[in-house]
Amino acid sequence: MNAQFFTAWVEETARTITADRDRLTALDAAIGDADHGTNLDRGFTAVREALSASSPAGPGAVLILTGTTLIRKVGGASGPLYGTAYRHMGTTLTARAAQAVAGRAGTGLDSTSGAVPGTGIEAPGPGTAGFTGTAGARDEAGPGGAPGDGDHMVMVTLADLAAAFEAGLAAVCELGGAAEGDKTMVDALAPATRALAEAARAGLKPEDAFDAALAAARAGARATIPLQARKGRASYLGERSAGHEDPGAASTVLLFTALRTVAGG
Amino acid sequence: MKKLINSAESVVTDTLAGMAEAHPDLRIDLAQKIVYRRSLPTPGKVGLVSGGGSGHEPLHAGFVGHGMLDAACPGEVFTSPVPDQIIEASHRVDGGAGVLHIVKNYTGDVMNFQMAAELCAEEGVEVGTVLVNDDVAVKDSLYTAGRRGTGATLFVEKITGALAETGAALGEVARIAGQVNARSRSFGIALSSCTVPAAGKPTFELGDGEVEVGIGIHGEPGRARVPAASARELARVAMDAVNDDLPLSGDVLVMVNGMGGTPLMELYVVFAEVAAYLREKGATATRSLVGNYVTSLDMQGFSVTVCLLNDELTRLWDAPVQTPALRWGR
Repeated sequence: MNAQFFTAWVEETARTITADRDRLTALDAAIGDADHGTNLDRGFTAVREALSASSPAGPGAVLILTGTTLIRKVGGASGPLYGTAYRHMGTTLTARAAQAVAGRAGTGLDSTSGAVPGTGIEAPGPGTAGFTGTAGARDEAGPGGAPGDGDHMVMVTLADLAAAFEAGLAAVCELGGAAEGDKTMVDALAPATRALAEAARAGLKPEDAFDAALAAARAGARATIPLQARKGRASYLGERSAGHEDPGAASTVLLFTALRTVAGG
Repeated sequence: MKKLINSAESVVTDTLAGMAEAHPDLRIDLAQKIVYRRSLPTPGKVGLVSGGGSGHEPLHAGFVGHGMLDAACPGEVFTSPVPDQIIEASHRVDGGAGVLHIVKNYTGDVMNFQMAAELCAEEGVEVGTVLVNDDVAVKDSLYTAGRRGTGATLFVEKITGALAETGAALGEVARIAGQVNARSRSFGIALSSCTVPAAGKPTFELGDGEVEVGIGIHGEPGRARVPAASARELARVAMDAVNDDLPLSGDVLVMVNGMGGTPLMELYVVFAEVAAYLREKGATATRSLVGNYVTSLDMQGFSVTVCLLNDELTRLWDAPVQTPALRWGR
């Protein structure tokens, strides 16, 4: 999976969000303030423009630019939360790419890049550092032009992607203070991330791994229906929030729908 | 649905364009969506910045001016502003004495202001933050996002603004802001939902014989749906909720606030009931405000906000203010 793949993924995500905009907004009207689809659509439209304007060089850069744009354009809770998720995924891919390159060059780092623990990287604080930078792409090469994921030879493996999702999930949980079962996007993101990591360990093909992640995300989102919300605006409803699917979990499913679509097969 | 708009997409910008034409005391950055006082910064004065989703007008932009806010950052309808707006506004209003962010307690507002405050600090602007969370309809517990910021936001902005005008330091300005919030409580009741322009239909349906009790200011459903009743009974429901949380006594500042679609006539009917309730409890409404101040688009209904006054708060409430939506004494 290269930068082109990640650009295609984000663009397909944008397309599905536009297509599902009114459904997401209707879910939000039931237990929130009727703007989830509108806000995400506005943000991803800006992301599409940003990606075509600057064509980031590496997979990490694509996701960092996506996250930065969402934080800058969406507002509300979904902007910072999705933006932080993408940014932490992007920094994780960039860090692993740099380690893989260093490993290939025999600089003494562990050359089995798959063994680099995804959560051990130094990620920026809860999604804030540097997001006002003009473009994620500029952050790619470290001081002195160390190889980042701008190196087109670096391909993202399923293990890299699973580690990126783990970092994104951890950042979302920290920023929003939510855990599984609180009726939030985490209820779809967490099981899908686990499914992806499991598939990577089992050595599945990407399309099969994405099938598993999508199924887990869908099941997670469905499972929010009976829950009582404990975070965000829906929590004001108390027991009345039960009986409705969480709009954030529903939009998270679309990330995985898009991932499955661009993988083809 | 009929609305006086050009398009749902341009409604916030079009609103700001109108404010700029109507209020030459303000300077409005239409591209960044920031509303400023005409001349800024005021050297040695703590800058006050607030913001939040649009649809609550006149909150916050209508409260920019002498004695109140230095800048307001409106987001999209019912959506918090983005960090870029808040950072830009904070830089512009910083007169060397620091900046206070007045933030309503909603997940999105808190996140975006927090991100902005961290970056302001890195860029050398001293920022304090006060969270407004006065709505007793929400249980403040581990199981919710905490109480919402509603009507008390106006009280915090007015009283804190008056103190900031005297050249008080940031710590002192933040202290009074926290004090106003701590002494204030609100409760709201809706007779109808509101219609978000981009959604085009009411956020929830409410039957002719029903009212929604314990609503917020975003058309989100409330705590319960009950049969419609007289103004006297509904005022009592709201005041009981407030009084249960903060026993009322002494001098109080009271706002009976319309949600955007309620005739002023009905708000005065409610105010009479609220004043009677206060007397019953041995409290006196020595200061009052009746009108549409913290609204929820075209929602019909009211909220009541009460603040327990002391001499200092009364004096600061009475201090001159000159904004589009609140002006006296100057």
